[in-house]
Amino acid sequence: MPPRSVGYILAFAAAVSLVCGVLVSAAAVTLKERQQANAELERKTNVLLAAGLARSDERITREEVEQRFAGVRAVVIDLETGAEVEGVDPATFDPQKAKADPELGRAAPANTAGVKRLPRRAVIYHVLDEHGETRMVVLPIEGLGLWSTLYGFVALDADLDTVRGLTYYQHGETPGLGGEVDNPRWKALWPGRRAFGPGGDPVIQVIKGSAGPADQDPHRVDGLSGATITSRGVTNMLHFWLGANGYGPLLERLREESAAATAALDAAPEQERRNS
Amino acid sequence: MATSARQTLLDPLFNQNPIALQVLGICSALAVTTKLETAVVMSAAVVAVVTLSNLSISLIRNQIPPSIRIIVQLTVISSLVIVIDQVLKAYLYDISQQLSVFVGLIITNCIVMGRAEAYAMQNPPGRSFLDGIGNGLGYSLILIAVAVVRELFGSGTLFGVEILRLQSEGGWYAPNGFMLISPAAFFIIAGLIWALRMWKQDQIEPEEK
Repeated sequence: MPPRSVGYILAFAAAVSLVCGVLVSAAAVTLKERQQANAELERKTNVLLAAGLARSDERITREEVEQRFAGVRAVVIDLETGAEVEGVDPATFDPQKAKADPELGRAAPANTAGVKRLPRRAVIYHVLDEHGETRMVVLPIEGLGLWSTLYGFVALDADLDTVRGLTYYQHGETPGLGGEVDNPRWKALWPGRRAFGPGGDPVIQVIKGSAGPADQDPHRVDGLSGATITSRGVTNMLHFWLGANGYGPLLERLREESAAATAALDAAPEQERRNS
Repeated sequence: MATSARQTLLDPLFNQNPIALQVLGICSALAVTTKLETAVVMSAAVVAVVTLSNLSISLIRNQIPPSIRIIVQLTVISSLVIVIDQVLKAYLYDISQQLSVFVGLIITNCIVMGRAEAYAMQNPPGRSFLDGIGNGLGYSLILIAVAVVRELFGSGTLFGVEILRLQSEGGWYAPNGFMLISPAAFFIIAGLIWALRMWKQDQIEPEEK
């Protein structure tokens, strides 16, 4: 083969880059919509799983997810004040991206959950009953286990204390040990436990060994055998996210609102009687 | 080289197995074999990449300037891997989440570049295509064999379907947790290599003196 000229080599390199570039961009552009739909569906399914509106062992279709998600309202909130943020679409807002952004994120206060940065805003979910009242709130959580960061959701009852479900959708813990956070039977231990102690601080704890049933031993949950560090990670991340540096301000606001609504409801019957 | 098309295709399965004989592509074989489902999808992805890369490299083998051939191979392979990763994300989302970075890491799977450099650069497209399929399947064979052992004994299931009823589900089988961590794959692969060399003794390397 005769030696190639520099011009030929450059032209060849440019041609290869061009062809490969077109191929890759074409694939990325044409498949983008489908991929986003998948990611969206995955997110919705995980919210439903945490809220107990779907089970991990059932195969649900796209339509069913949409149907069940119809009773869920996604809300963008300001983490520091707990207030709702208007004008940001919760479907497209990505807290993971915001977290890394110097404007939209900030360094997290020192914590045991391994959370390094926090987004200023977060997306939370209200699960509504047929009257449009909040039945549950589903909050995204994340924190360090043994090998990896675990990402999941915790669902709280309208009383903002009773846990209705906990689920992780992404983690890299040891299968069979820490990976048992995915085990439906372990997750089934959570509903009915109480997150907060009498002082109003999150006290729920994954212990070593077995805890009693939810009504007798409400603040403790069985540990994952052989996975002390993952279990501790779960405790730490719940304490962080349900505490003052996490969703504390939001929960405070929701408690006030629900107290105000109850007060209004107590005053309402008289008015209703007069109207009818 | 007087090898038949049949040999080109089938040799990599046992006689020239990329994992067992050439000991290439071990890293992903350790990582994605805890479940059969992920191993099968990973295998299909590798077959597709090594076949298409062999084909495209072979088609332009006479035009590639030797001084930049490695980077050209790498560019072609990376592009193919990105496209396949995108396709998986669009059509097999769950599995692509489980495979996570390992699809992307096919780029660094030595089998792909090894075949491009060692075979596709010298041979016509048809043969290179067959060589790609053969090597992809040779890789898949080991991957799937390892995954069968690991999923069956580690979780008592195959393709997520219960085969051995676990004690924790009220059955008799106590799962072997060791199967689910990476070193298990290492021992299984070592066992397979040993078994293969007992069967085909010519693969035993001469002892160094």
